[in-house]
Amino acid sequence: MNVIEVQNLRKEFNSYTSRPGLAGAFRDLFTRNYKIHAAVDNISLTVKQGEMVGYIGENGAGKSTTIKMLTGILTPTSGSIMVNGMNPHKQREEFVRTIGVVFGQRSQLWWDIAVQESFRLLKKVYRVSDEDYNHHMGHVIETLEIGPLLDKPVRKLSLGQRMRCELAAALVHNPPLLFLDEPTIGLDVLVKLKIRKFLQEINEQYKTTILLTTHDLTDIEALCERVVLLDEGKIIYDGRLDQLQEHAVEGKQIEFEFLSEVSRSSLPRVENIQWEQKDATTWLGYINGDEQMVSRLISDVVQKNPIKNVRINEVSTEEIVRKIYEEGMALT
Amino acid sequence: MSMYLEMIRVRFLMMLAYRTNYYSGILIYSINIGAYYFLWSAIYGGKEEIQGLSVAQMTTYVAVAWMARAFYYNNIDREIAAEIKDGKVAIEMIRPYNYLGMKTMQALGEGIFRLLFFSVPGMIIVTLIFPVRFDASVTTWLFFFISLVFSFIVNTHINLLTGIMTFFLFNNTGLIRAKRVVIDLFSGLLLPISFYPEWAQTVMSYLPFQAISYVPSMIFTEGFVGQEIYHALLTQIVWVIILLIPIRLLWSLAKKHLIVQGG
Repeated sequence: MNVIEVQNLRKEFNSYTSRPGLAGAFRDLFTRNYKIHAAVDNISLTVKQGEMVGYIGENGAGKSTTIKMLTGILTPTSGSIMVNGMNPHKQREEFVRTIGVVFGQRSQLWWDIAVQESFRLLKKVYRVSDEDYNHHMGHVIETLEIGPLLDKPVRKLSLGQRMRCELAAALVHNPPLLFLDEPTIGLDVLVKLKIRKFLQEINEQYKTTILLTTHDLTDIEALCERVVLLDEGKIIYDGRLDQLQEHAVEGKQIEFEFLSEVSRSSLPRVENIQWEQKDATTWLGYINGDEQMVSRLISDVVQKNPIKNVRINEVSTEEIVRKIYEEGMALT
Repeated sequence: MSMYLEMIRVRFLMMLAYRTNYYSGILIYSINIGAYYFLWSAIYGGKEEIQGLSVAQMTTYVAVAWMARAFYYNNIDREIAAEIKDGKVAIEMIRPYNYLGMKTMQALGEGIFRLLFFSVPGMIIVTLIFPVRFDASVTTWLFFFISLVFSFIVNTHINLLTGIMTFFLFNNTGLIRAKRVVIDLFSGLLLPISFYPEWAQTVMSYLPFQAISYVPSMIFTEGFVGQEIYHALLTQIVWVIILLIPIRLLWSLAKKHLIVQGG
């Protein structure tokens, strides 16, 4: 079953540019230079139930705009959206009962009152029965370890504590679909791990579909099998994360650390291998070729030179994404 | 329905979260009433009555007007403006409720809180110091409370309108401030409407502001009697209904227009 179905979605913003100088400012009083800018440009996307999808792109690529349209906050300029079988903007009140949203940059808890009061209000707003609430939220509160924070006002919480409470607040009504817009922004590693583990758990337990945007690609690596890459409002890749890695990686890099100084001449001279000296005792070998090359190269090198350490460096997703954006790598 | 009651409760908690505000509020209201009492005593001088109101009635008028203000006054216009400006309204749009309805409930929570914990203690202090008369009959009290509810609704309508204007103006601090002065002046809070020149009274009778403060205060001080009370209440009801129209229109326009700033 498709939870999200988006066809040719487009959102344009009207923005004006200011003319330079005082004379320009006066002219701006009467006529303005308007410019139409498409933040989201004809994207089509389907997400199945239970999927965890990473939605990534640079700042201003249109991620948040897409999420805002999917959640019914913004109206699309054109295109069709069906989420949970409904049109988010037309059937707003009915629709929002079926989703949970976390905006990492924005708090949705009430600032001056205790966390549990916010939860209580949300429980009433979403008409959750006491029984469901106690069962479900008891579990959420326990897993996120926010029990001791419940009677504190939100303004006294640290960022990590607050984010965990935000996540719990988005799940009060146990929605089948969860939108997370940069949920781990500014959090330390421990909190991040806790949140990831929790997301995996609810995904397994309730088959919750999760759409996640983040700048921290380790989040995506840990959680998502599928990624959607966005650039200037267009989808440039939609598919499995490991395939993205395979596509993007041209060979491997092996780092040799020798016990003593080694010159270029004592390293094997093979086609498809490029050597690069890092420092006096360390060399990097770039292999362009099949998998077998790796073991052959290592055995060749080790036979001749005593080594301290060998490391095979995988190219990180971060590097792949950087490459894609900087070099405009072609993807299919 | 229970979620709206819950919202009122949450607002109570929020008001209680800032105790200093609460205590200073009582003080400020008492000082205001005192200042107007002395001002009016000076204006009356030796005169028995001006424009049909005696000194005692005038003092009561001032005290009641401020007590009523504690109930109908709220800052939801400023809150809406702030929520629009920092993009918090986006979060309100993903909640399964009517945003304006929820804001009205918050205003009501604030109003009830102030009425119980500001006005009542404030009035007790005021009656101890100034010659204010609270010996009105039960029916007068009843009519007063009915008209107080309407003045709350009219004022809240105007606040919602001002707040929604932020969608179109993006920064409407000036408008909010102007609205506040206009309401204080034209609602009869600072000066009973009957004190204005004829032409100004005619203009004001076509504006919704007198439904906010003048009507409940006049009912309480028995400046309105018999038929006049019903007429005044009817004017209030008419304004409650009329103001709904621009709110509806602007709100549906605003929703289409919604650009979440800073997003």
